[in-house]
Amino acid sequence: MDSEVLAKETGPRGAGSGVTESGKPIPHFLVHNPKDSVGVVVVEDVTAGMTLNGWVTDTDETIHVVAKDDIPLGHKVALRDIAEGETILKYGHDIGKAVAAIPQGGHAHVHNVKTKRW
Amino acid sequence: MSKKKFQGWRRENGRVGIRNHVVILPLDDLSNAACEAVANNIKGCIALPHHYGRLQFGEDLELHFRTLIGTGCNPNVAAVIVIGIEPGWTNVVVEGIRKTGKPVEGFAIARNGDINTIAAASRRAKEFVQWATELPREECGLSDLWISTKCGESDTTSGLASNPTVGNLIDKMNDEGAYTCFGETSELTGAEQECAKRAATPEVGEKFLKTWQAYMDEVIEPHKTSDLSDSQPTKGNIAGGLTTIEEKAFGNFEKIGKRTNYVDVLKPAEAPSKGPGLYFMDTSSAAAECVTLQAAAGFVVHLFPTGQGNIIGNPIEPVIKLTANPRTARTMSEHIDLDCSGILRREMNFDQAGDALIDVMMRTCNGRFTAAEALGHREFVMTKLYRSA
Repeated sequence: MDSEVLAKETGPRGAGSGVTESGKPIPHFLVHNPKDSVGVVVVEDVTAGMTLNGWVTDTDETIHVVAKDDIPLGHKVALRDIAEGETILKYGHDIGKAVAAIPQGGHAHVHNVKTKRW
Repeated sequence: MSKKKFQGWRRENGRVGIRNHVVILPLDDLSNAACEAVANNIKGCIALPHHYGRLQFGEDLELHFRTLIGTGCNPNVAAVIVIGIEPGWTNVVVEGIRKTGKPVEGFAIARNGDINTIAAASRRAKEFVQWATELPREECGLSDLWISTKCGESDTTSGLASNPTVGNLIDKMNDEGAYTCFGETSELTGAEQECAKRAATPEVGEKFLKTWQAYMDEVIEPHKTSDLSDSQPTKGNIAGGLTTIEEKAFGNFEKIGKRTNYVDVLKPAEAPSKGPGLYFMDTSSAAAECVTLQAAAGFVVHLFPTGQGNIIGNPIEPVIKLTANPRTARTMSEHIDLDCSGILRREMNFDQAGDALIDVMMRTCNGRFTAAEALGHREFVMTKLYRSA
């Protein structure tokens, strides 16, 4: 993960605050693969401006991003600035394309991402 | 893995069941009423009403018979009463089930009417129930288990946690010599090339891609409007954060584990014939249709990961629900057999979650009702390939 695109840690806040028994922060979002351009919010109250900590499950890394939007549980957060037309990567694979620019920390969903299939 | 044995019923043909149903099976839509009357008269049997069985032909008729015969043959079924409007097709189903060696008898309504048919079938059903309820259980092992899986009302937590939990179980059960099965042809769209790579041989991978392409060419292309984005992903999927069919497909694909390769591609409701291992079955991605086909192929226990909370059950194979969505686990707890949302909080890893699912599965095999069984979910839905004649 390119460290430049990640926000500085300001300490976990919000619904995902706290640490696990092993001392790792409880994640606000999860990322499958280090190549992915989006992560999935796994707590219920992510609001714009929160610094989110994320867990990359394949590599067990912890990363951070500042939310630009309110993002519901299960919805995706952009991990870097994504240009219109750019391929969205999740699970390390192509899951569609951006149909509008998405800023880092922005909510990525049906309003700005679409399948390439139909 | 702690427990590797369970108490099951070994049937006449050697297959092992974890339930002991006496089924009252209608050949056709017309015979539903008589079947339901018999099941009402005789406690301990279940009727399986459905919508079809008249004027079907060709491959669609073959699938109809394969599904009904396969349902009767399932080792979770001790004995079967078949009721049809006429004796010809009724006997096709009876004779198909009789090959297992289990008790089966057919009744035709023509020239008897409902009331006489119900009386005669009820007398026989009573004998079957009293015989079945006295059958002893015996110790059985994991290699006796046939396990199917399908996910529903998926969201992003499915691909993150509940589907990989099933995958962890599939890898472990494959090592134990179990039969396992996944399906959902349309929901592998986007991940179809990756799925082809998980076949045990290049030939099986080719067979998978041909099956997937046929679905696209014969079902999707002629019938789609401009876009399938309103049904794949579904509204529930989209509410849960899934955006595209590709994203859904890669999540779905997590269910088959990290290292298990599928040994064959099955037609809908086709029984596996290549020995133990993982099988792909060509099915719709609609939950009840898919599970009905898997039960008809002989699978006896089902693992159903859900995100937003699909509540499906099946009358033949118990359906075990798991979710990693903490809101679903909280708001729909009566439907959930295993909450694995701890994975999302880094409290639990996939290996631990897989073991927890094995534990729930073994308890289910030993007779504990799943949430869907306790709540009475018995969705039995036949797959129809095209319009009747």
